[in-house]
Amino acid sequence: MTWEWSTVVDVFPHIFEAMWTTLGLTIVCFTVALIVGGIWTFLKRIKFKPFNWLISFIIEFIRSTPPLVQLYFLFFAWPLIPYVGVTLEPFTVAVFGLGIHFSTYISEIYRSGIEGVPKGQIEAATALNYTTFQKWTKVILPQAIPPVIPMLGNYLIIMFKEIPLTIVVGVAGMLTAAEVYGVNNFEYLEPYTLVAFFFLAMSYPSALFVQWLERKLNKRYESDNKKSTKKGVTTS
Amino acid sequence: MPVLLEGLDITITVLIGSAIFGYLIAFLAGFGRLSKNFIIRNFTAVYIEIFRGTSLVVQLFWFFYVLPGLLGIQLSAYLIGVIVIGMNYGAYMSEVVRGSILAVSSGQTEAATALNMSRFQRMRFVILPQAIRMMLPEFGNYLIQMLKATSLVSIISLSDITYVGLLYRDANISEGVAVFTMLLVMYFIIALPLIGLTRWLERWASKGVATE
Repeated sequence: MTWEWSTVVDVFPHIFEAMWTTLGLTIVCFTVALIVGGIWTFLKRIKFKPFNWLISFIIEFIRSTPPLVQLYFLFFAWPLIPYVGVTLEPFTVAVFGLGIHFSTYISEIYRSGIEGVPKGQIEAATALNYTTFQKWTKVILPQAIPPVIPMLGNYLIIMFKEIPLTIVVGVAGMLTAAEVYGVNNFEYLEPYTLVAFFFLAMSYPSALFVQWLERKLNKRYESDNKKSTKKGVTTS
Repeated sequence: MPVLLEGLDITITVLIGSAIFGYLIAFLAGFGRLSKNFIIRNFTAVYIEIFRGTSLVVQLFWFFYVLPGLLGIQLSAYLIGVIVIGMNYGAYMSEVVRGSILAVSSGQTEAATALNMSRFQRMRFVILPQAIRMMLPEFGNYLIQMLKATSLVSIISLSDITYVGLLYRDANISEGVAVFTMLLVMYFIIALPLIGLTRWLERWASKGVATE
């Protein structure tokens, strides 16, 4: 097998087209993960021991079992479950399978962000007679969100790299396009290498961007802290 | 489900193999990134970015379908699974190694230099013992990640528990729910000791360490 540029020219449009599916799928999956992650974080904050244990168990279970098997489960087993089961489209399976898997990681990020807000802030808000809703929207969330944004960005990249998994349920992403082309033309070298190249070309710049964002946010916090210590305010 | 147990040895040996290989790569690449040699440093950087930047599934396919034709090397699916998972997670973990070594405060290095230790002695007696403590909890996390990644070897037709489960389900379609639920439960059972190990390592590593 030797490298043929003509094959590259031939297969490039197929993979380029499929890239949009992969990208779109990433965005939809990530949105699901963000929302479901928020739900987990909310549920975990309910202070009723058995309920808390149950939620922790479910999260731990989803986290430590392979997304591949979870996709299979949704695709092959879910329709067979009596009463609740419905046949899902491959796209839906991909979105919910990966979305729910990653939501468990994302809820950890939310938690760390919320815990990063100094306790004094919440106490101060209570002292000012804020309602719970005001406390969250005016005090906690504005401080919890900026530091977690780079981490969320990292997960967006990780998720982008997990999308090829959905080949097993037949979603037409880049890898599927490469496989279809490979099977039809008995050319595997160029399509798979192109797919790898596309992934690298997308994820490396975004990783650099996230690193830059992280540095920038860190710098801002450092200068904030310096300012406040100058004024004689100690930050915990 | 005794059928699934047939694949258990493959899952576990792939996990052990890729874990050992991955940790080895992690240290090699971690030190490589910190090397003073320009070529070694940039070579490892390129390796890490390639393996971190592309997807594990794509890498598996690439090694499985392309490598035999390209270089004429016919590796068994088993070896490919171990090598690719090891190299992929090795690339991620090398950053953990690098970060931990850099996180050892520079005063320690300076003190060791003052004691007239050689570069090797400094690494071996002063920096590594402290850095490894920091690495271990992360290594535990990556071990669980690797366990999940072993399920991917089923797509290069290696008969791990996922593959065996799929075959069984193809023969008995009505038992799909049972098969996949059992699979999830089995992965969870394998992961349980790893989760416990990671928690224990986290506690152990944070014990008696002065945090700045």
